[in-house]
Amino acid sequence: MAYSDKVLDHYENPRNVGVLDKSDPKVGTGMVGAPACGDVMKLQIKVNEQGIIEDAKFKTYGCGSAIASSSLLTEWVKGKSIEEAGKIKNTQIAEELALPPVKIHCSVLAEDAIKAAIADYQMKAGAKDSKADAA
Amino acid sequence: MKKPIYLDYSATTPVDPRVADKMCKYLTLDGEFGNPASRSHPFGWHAEEAVEEARANVAALIGADPKEIVWTSGATESDNLAIKGVASFYGKKGKHIVTCKTEHKAVLDTCRQLEREGFEVTYLDPEPNGLLDLGKLRAAIRPDTILVSVMHVNNEIGVIQDLAAIGKITRERGVLFHSDAAQSTGKVPIDVNAMNVDLLSMSAHKTYGPKGVGALYVRRKPRVRLEAQMHGGGHERGMRSGTLATHQCVGMGEAFRLAREEMATENERIRGLRNRLLNSLKDMPEVYVNGDLEHRVAHNLNMSFNFVEGESLIMALKDIAVSSGSACTSASLEPSYVLRALGRNDELAHSSIRFTIGRFTTQEEIDYAAGLVREKVAKLRELSPLWEMHQEGVDLSKVQWAAH
Repeated sequence: MAYSDKVLDHYENPRNVGVLDKSDPKVGTGMVGAPACGDVMKLQIKVNEQGIIEDAKFKTYGCGSAIASSSLLTEWVKGKSIEEAGKIKNTQIAEELALPPVKIHCSVLAEDAIKAAIADYQMKAGAKDSKADAA
Repeated sequence: MKKPIYLDYSATTPVDPRVADKMCKYLTLDGEFGNPASRSHPFGWHAEEAVEEARANVAALIGADPKEIVWTSGATESDNLAIKGVASFYGKKGKHIVTCKTEHKAVLDTCRQLEREGFEVTYLDPEPNGLLDLGKLRAAIRPDTILVSVMHVNNEIGVIQDLAAIGKITRERGVLFHSDAAQSTGKVPIDVNAMNVDLLSMSAHKTYGPKGVGALYVRRKPRVRLEAQMHGGGHERGMRSGTLATHQCVGMGEAFRLAREEMATENERIRGLRNRLLNSLKDMPEVYVNGDLEHRVAHNLNMSFNFVEGESLIMALKDIAVSSGSACTSASLEPSYVLRALGRNDELAHSSIRFTIGRFTTQEEIDYAAGLVREKVAKLRELSPLWEMHQEGVDLSKVQWAAH
């Protein structure tokens, strides 16, 4: 199968590969997919006091399109507020990377990953707030 | 060294230049272009002679009589003709067929079709090493069983089934025995009489011959009857009508003649290269050879690189042409049904690469491939959350995954 130049670029030079400290309350971690389906994405975001994503890292087990989708997403979310990041749609990723129909699920997985990371961050922040309230 | 390096000889082989040279003599006006079925002039007679010489070469490689060879378009057609032909002819005697889950789709899908037509098929599970348990095979044969179909060499993992032992069982039980030998001609010695094989499918293009031609061996003593699947001018003793493609038959005959002459020395050289590749990869952590190493053709190495997805690895290995047991490249996300049948878990099935070596592979190419695989597997593992979890000691089989 022929991949688009953008997929190849992200695949060969993936951006923001790595790990953030998942015990840090400012870090949200999302892991989606399953080995049985051939792809697992782990996406992490670090959110500052103003609710802006100041750093993002990923690791992906999957095909070239899955790796490219998560790499692109980390580039896009950096500097965005969590509200803006939560509005990124899989269709935007698929369009940017010119994914063929059989690879659309890779972009869906990337969207799921950022939503899961945001939810994890908000859950941690909520837990912290309620602790603060209690005190 | 020319790149990409071809290491996919089980998908197809290049035509040997000696074969191509010979084929070219049977196409043009100044060659022998006649119809082998033309009986009224030398053009036909000469073409017929060429086809018969080729037929004798195909027969000689498997220890058969030339009269037992039927030309077809390839192993898929041979499988169809053998299985459907037997089912139609012997259907009144019984409607049960035994085969194996790791067969090629040309056998499995033909069996599925027969199930829709009222036949019953038993699909045997192979052992974890890919080989059939003969006790299970024996137990699966019933009074209404008419055919057992078991491939000689598996296309993905290269394991060699014990045809002689299977043939002994089928002969004792009075059941016909078909074997798909597309992957074994020129790789493993075949003797249809010693093995008691009744029908054997062959392909030219896996053995340095051209694509588009194959053959089916059909035993004459005791005689095996087939219902034709292609009707017309009654060629090939009525079993497969259609004008013979003289140049294709000549190509297959020449390729099989070379295989007979060179097989022993060639396989030793190739085995050396395969072992060299294996030895340069096997010390990596979390790599697994799929299928039995002992009962295996010399040219096949199928390995799983755990925690790396097969398609992305193939993409990283773009300087070598290999194939993956992960079918993510097609519309389906299912991993290889062959590896699943061996009981490999999903991660390993998704992480497999098949290297198949051949006549034109060099040691330099093998060394380059091994270095590239080591480098790219390490790179992709750095990218893999599963590798990270494994390093942290997480048992991946215990994780609740959100399947999608």
